[in-house]
Amino acid sequence: MTNRSNGNDKTLGEVLRSRGVSRRSFLKFCAATASMMALPPSMIPAIANALEKARRPSVIWLSFQECTGCTESLTRSYAPTIENLIFDTISLDYHHTLQAAAGHAAEAAREAAMEENNGNYLMVVDGSIPLANPGYSTIAGISNHDMLMDTAKGAAAIIAVGTCASYGGIPHADPNPTGAVSVSDLIKDKPIINVSGCPPIPVVITGVLAHFLTFGVIPELDHLGRPMAFYGKSIHDRCYRRPFYDKGQFAETFDDEGAKKGWCLYKLGCKGPTTYNACATTKWNNGTSFPIESGHPCLGCSEPDFWDGGGFYKALSIPTEDITKNAIYAAAGAVAAGVAIGALNSAKKKRAASAHQKTTIDDLEK
Amino acid sequence: MSEAAIQQFNIQIGNELTRNVQPLLHEIRHALGNFLECGETRIIDLRSIPLAPGEEDRILSLLGQGEVQAQLNALGPSEIIETEYAGVWVVTHYNADNEIISRFIEITAMPDILRSQTEDAIAAYSRLATTLEENQETNQSFAEKQK
Repeated sequence: MTNRSNGNDKTLGEVLRSRGVSRRSFLKFCAATASMMALPPSMIPAIANALEKARRPSVIWLSFQECTGCTESLTRSYAPTIENLIFDTISLDYHHTLQAAAGHAAEAAREAAMEENNGNYLMVVDGSIPLANPGYSTIAGISNHDMLMDTAKGAAAIIAVGTCASYGGIPHADPNPTGAVSVSDLIKDKPIINVSGCPPIPVVITGVLAHFLTFGVIPELDHLGRPMAFYGKSIHDRCYRRPFYDKGQFAETFDDEGAKKGWCLYKLGCKGPTTYNACATTKWNNGTSFPIESGHPCLGCSEPDFWDGGGFYKALSIPTEDITKNAIYAAAGAVAAGVAIGALNSAKKKRAASAHQKTTIDDLEK
Repeated sequence: MSEAAIQQFNIQIGNELTRNVQPLLHEIRHALGNFLECGETRIIDLRSIPLAPGEEDRILSLLGQGEVQAQLNALGPSEIIETEYAGVWVVTHYNADNEIISRFIEITAMPDILRSQTEDAIAAYSRLATTLEENQETNQSFAEKQK
């Protein structure tokens, strides 16, 4: 965590030079940044010029109903140097998982950062916001809703990191017991960038930060508020197994000849055709591979309501109204026997039970 | 990853994959032609192209290794190799853990990152001047002691 008072007024160029980073190293950093932002390499000189003059923005990172997977994804991405430099170019003033301060001191840091950088700080949010009962998730006694609305007031822009913050994610899955909503459900008057994924690809997170740093504006977004540079193409469009789909060659099970030959996983439930993300080119674990390359269908984790898609191993099942409603009742019955069940009649319960789909080992072996 | 390791994970390598290897090589040839005709340089980001397991290795293997191989040490190592085809370079940047963070094919006389940078040269000029001044002072002090 960088100290807020540690030179927010310095440009990135000045910060790097004071640390003895050579121009050649800086060019390497810019080349990696261009690649990270999915920008053409011809933009490297422009990126170098812009980053040289960029000033470190204050960043306030709020974590609500989340599993910390998004923070894990980011902090356990690349080891030192390039990624650290991206972090060094922001002043991360509040992040309750990473910061040393706790309790009142931590909240005081957030409030001070908000006051000192009013109108200019970046707000990053991971996790959804529960509306059913504020007690489901609070920080220092403050409800997630109140903290979000209060902190958003002075933000220049908001980055919703992960599918939970972007679209509600797993907490929002039927029956949504906490009444989870996304950031954009609540905030309408600020620019919001959705960096969806469960978790998002780490370089996509840093790529969006780098874009804001470089150009001072938010990147071009798709209809779901995601940066086009990373979410502009479907997994299917960029999948190396696509030629098999085009030829009608599919794996029917996980261990048949088709699977062994690396054929298309569409029939095994791959959501690649309806999922927009950069996994197929950026890949995971420092470019090692991505789920389809490891032989597993895409789950579609960067799309809204991916958890309610009717089964990960069903070929592109789109949830119908009936399935959704029944799943609500069935899950509500399992999780909150009592209050929710009391509201259901027995006929509905039976229908819910019959429609509720569980993924078993048999499903995997079909 | 070795061919055996890839096959172990049921991932096919062979002729039926993305078929992006040949088009990419044609693109490189076209860019080299442009460079020779009008001096236009070109950089291709290998991370922006969908490639199946083994295809990047195949591209690098087909391009081979030419007369120049340079190693940088700037925010982690970087490897700059002129391929068997003069004017076609492969630039690979690693982080401090030797993991690849970006890889480019550059069609140029020499990748920019190899050149000494003006800003570094200015700083070097100043450093050298300081060193000489310090040496001069040390030499003078030594000479005075000798007297």
